[in-house]
Amino acid sequence: MQVIATRPKSLTDLQFTYCPGCLHGVAHRLIAEAIDELEIQDTTTGVAPVGCSVFAYKFFDMDMAEAAHGRAPAVATGIKRARPNMQVFTYQGDGDLAAIGTAEIVHAANRGEHISVFFVNNAIYGMTGGQMAPTTLPEMKTSTSPYGRKTDDVGFPIQVCELLNTLQAPYYIERVSLLSPADILKAKKAVKKALTYNKEGRGFTIVELLSTCPTNWGMTAIDSLKWAKEKMVPYFPIGKLRDRGEE
Amino acid sequence: MAKVLMKGNEAVAEAAIRSGCRLYFAYPITPQSELIEYMSRMLPKVNGTFLQAESEVAAINMVYGAAGAGRRVMTSSSSPGISLKMEGISYIAGANLPAVIVNVQRGGPGLGDIQPAQGDYFQATKGGGHGDYHTIVLAPASVQEFADMASDAFDLADAYRIPVMILSDGMLGQMMEPVEFKEAKTDEEIAKLDNQHKDWCIHPKEEGEAPHHNEINSLEIDPRVLEQHVLDLEKKYKLIESKEIKVEEYNINKDNDMVCVAFGTASRIVRSAVDQLNAEGKNIGLIRPITVWPYPYATIANALHDKVKKVMVFELNLGQMVEDVKLAVNGKVPVGFFGKVGGIVFTPEEIKAKIEENL
Ligand SMILES: Cc1ncc(C[n+]2csc(CCOP(=O)(O)OP(=O)(O)O)c2C)c(N)n1
Repeated sequence: MQVIATRPKSLTDLQFTYCPGCLHGVAHRLIAEAIDELEIQDTTTGVAPVGCSVFAYKFFDMDMAEAAHGRAPAVATGIKRARPNMQVFTYQGDGDLAAIGTAEIVHAANRGEHISVFFVNNAIYGMTGGQMAPTTLPEMKTSTSPYGRKTDDVGFPIQVCELLNTLQAPYYIERVSLLSPADILKAKKAVKKALTYNKEGRGFTIVELLSTCPTNWGMTAIDSLKWAKEKMVPYFPIGKLRDRGEE
Repeated sequence: MAKVLMKGNEAVAEAAIRSGCRLYFAYPITPQSELIEYMSRMLPKVNGTFLQAESEVAAINMVYGAAGAGRRVMTSSSSPGISLKMEGISYIAGANLPAVIVNVQRGGPGLGDIQPAQGDYFQATKGGGHGDYHTIVLAPASVQEFADMASDAFDLADAYRIPVMILSDGMLGQMMEPVEFKEAKTDEEIAKLDNQHKDWCIHPKEEGEAPHHNEINSLEIDPRVLEQHVLDLEKKYKLIESKEIKVEEYNINKDNDMVCVAFGTASRIVRSAVDQLNAEGKNIGLIRPITVWPYPYATIANALHDKVKKVMVFELNLGQMVEDVKLAVNGKVPVGFFGKVGGIVFTPEEIKAKIEENL
C-alpha cells in the first residue's frame, strides 16, 4: 500500500480546535508540510499569537513559544538572537499583528530580523467574538462596528504587505489566499519559499494569507469563501510584493 | 583584581557580562542610559547580542524569547519603562523563565523627573503586572553591591526559573565608587550555562537527543490546570521565602533605643545619621533589607527588644515599605515614617533630627 497523503510530521496528533470552515487548520498544514519537505523540523521553532490560533504552540511538533498579544515578532527576535542556528517563525492574526503588535512587526521587518512571519488575515477579531480589526473592510459589520466600518471615523483597512514594502530590509513579501484549492497550492509555494529563505539565512520574510471567519462573519463556509473573493481580494491584492531572491 | 572607579550603571553592566550574560535588549531612558550604552560598546566585543529595541514592551518580550531559549539575558530601564515591561514580566513569571531586569528608579508618577527615587517599591515587591506572581527583588546600597547583585540575580533566576529585579535608583546608577569585579566566566563556563536548561528550553535537536516539544507558555485554559500551575508557583515562592532572604543588621542589639528600617540609597543616609547619634552615646540600630522580596519580616520582629519604643522607616517615597514593616512589627510598637519625594533626597541631618524627635 502506498500512502499518498498523511498528517505532516511537523504537526502533533492533537485535534485542531477550530470552528467548521475555519482556514487556520489549512494554514497550519501548509507550514508543517513545508517544514517537513525542507527537513528542518529539528531546528525550527515557532511563536504562537493571541487569537484563535493561540494553541498553535500545541499543534506544531517542535519547540514552541506562546507570546503575549502582538509581541510574537519581539519574542521571535529574542529566540533567533539566542539560537541563531534555528529557523524561527511567527504565526499571527490581523488583530495581533496589525493592531496591538504594529510596532513589533514594523521594527522586526525594518531590522531585517531573520524570521518568517505567517500572517493570517480574516478581517476580524475571531477569538474574542467578531470585533472590528484594523483589516475590517469599509462598511463591514462586526460586533464593534454594528453600523458598518465608517472610514471617516476609524480609517481604512491596513494593507500590511504594502506598508512593510516601504522598508528597505525585508527580503520577501507576498500575499496569497486560502480561498480555493488552486490558491492553497500557490500559498504552499509561498510558505515554502519563506521557510527556504529562512533556512538559507537570507533575511526577513512574510507571507500574508487571506482567510475567512464563517462563524463571526455569520456565513456558511462556502458563502464566506465567495464573500472573501469578492470583497477582500480586491482590497488586498494577491501577489508578490518583493522577492530579493529573484531580483 | 584591582578596584576601579565606576558609575553604578556601568558597573552592573560589566558585572552582568562577567556573569555570562550575552544577550541584552533595552530602550534608552535616563537615568539608566550609561547601562545601555555600556552594553552597546562591550557586548559586541565578547560576541554577545546587544539590541536596542523599539520600546520597553518589545525589549521585555525579546527577553522572554531569549530566556525561553535557555540563555542568560538581561534588560534594564527606569521607572516609566519598567511600567511598560510589567506585561512581559508577568508572562515571564507565568512561563517559569529566568531573566534579570534592572530598574534605575526615578521620580514618578507619570513622567515624573529624572532624579533618584524609591517610588516603585510597591510595583516591584507586590507584583506590578497582572496575576499571582512574585519577582525576586534585590536592593543594592552601593556601586559594589549593585555590581555583585548582577551575578546573584542570574544565579537566582536560573536556580528558580524566575524573573529577578535589581531595584536601584538614579543615585546608585549615576554615582561613581570603587568597585572590585569577580573573575569573568570563561567561554566554557558560559557554554555550560547556556546548556543548563535543555530539559525545558527552546533549542535545536542535537545528535543523539530525542525529539522534543518544549512549550514556553503561560496559558492554561482549563481552570483546574491553571489552579495547579499557580499553586506550584506559590510553592516555589514559599521555598524562596524560606531560603533567600538577605538583610543587613547594623548595630542591632538588645539595648537598642530605636530600630530604623531603610533600603537602598535611603539606607546609606540613615546609616550616617545612626553613626552620628551612636557616637553621641545613643544606641540606634538599622535594618537594611537587601532582598525586598522576599522580605525580612522575622529579622525586624526579632529586633524589637525591650527598650525599643518605636520603629522608624525612611524611604524616598511616601512610605510604601511601611506596610511591610508594620506586618513585621505586628502592633508591638508604633511605626513612624519620614520620606522625601520628587527626586529630593533627605540629608543625614534631617534623618538625625527625625530620630531624635521620635526617641
Ligand atoms: C493584551 C491583550 N488585549 C486583548 C486580548 C484579547 N484578545 C484575545 S484574541 C484577540 C483578537 C485576535 O484577533 P486576530 O489577531 O485577528 O486573530 P483571530 O482570532 O481572528 O485568528 C483579542 C483582542 C488579550 N488576550 N490580550
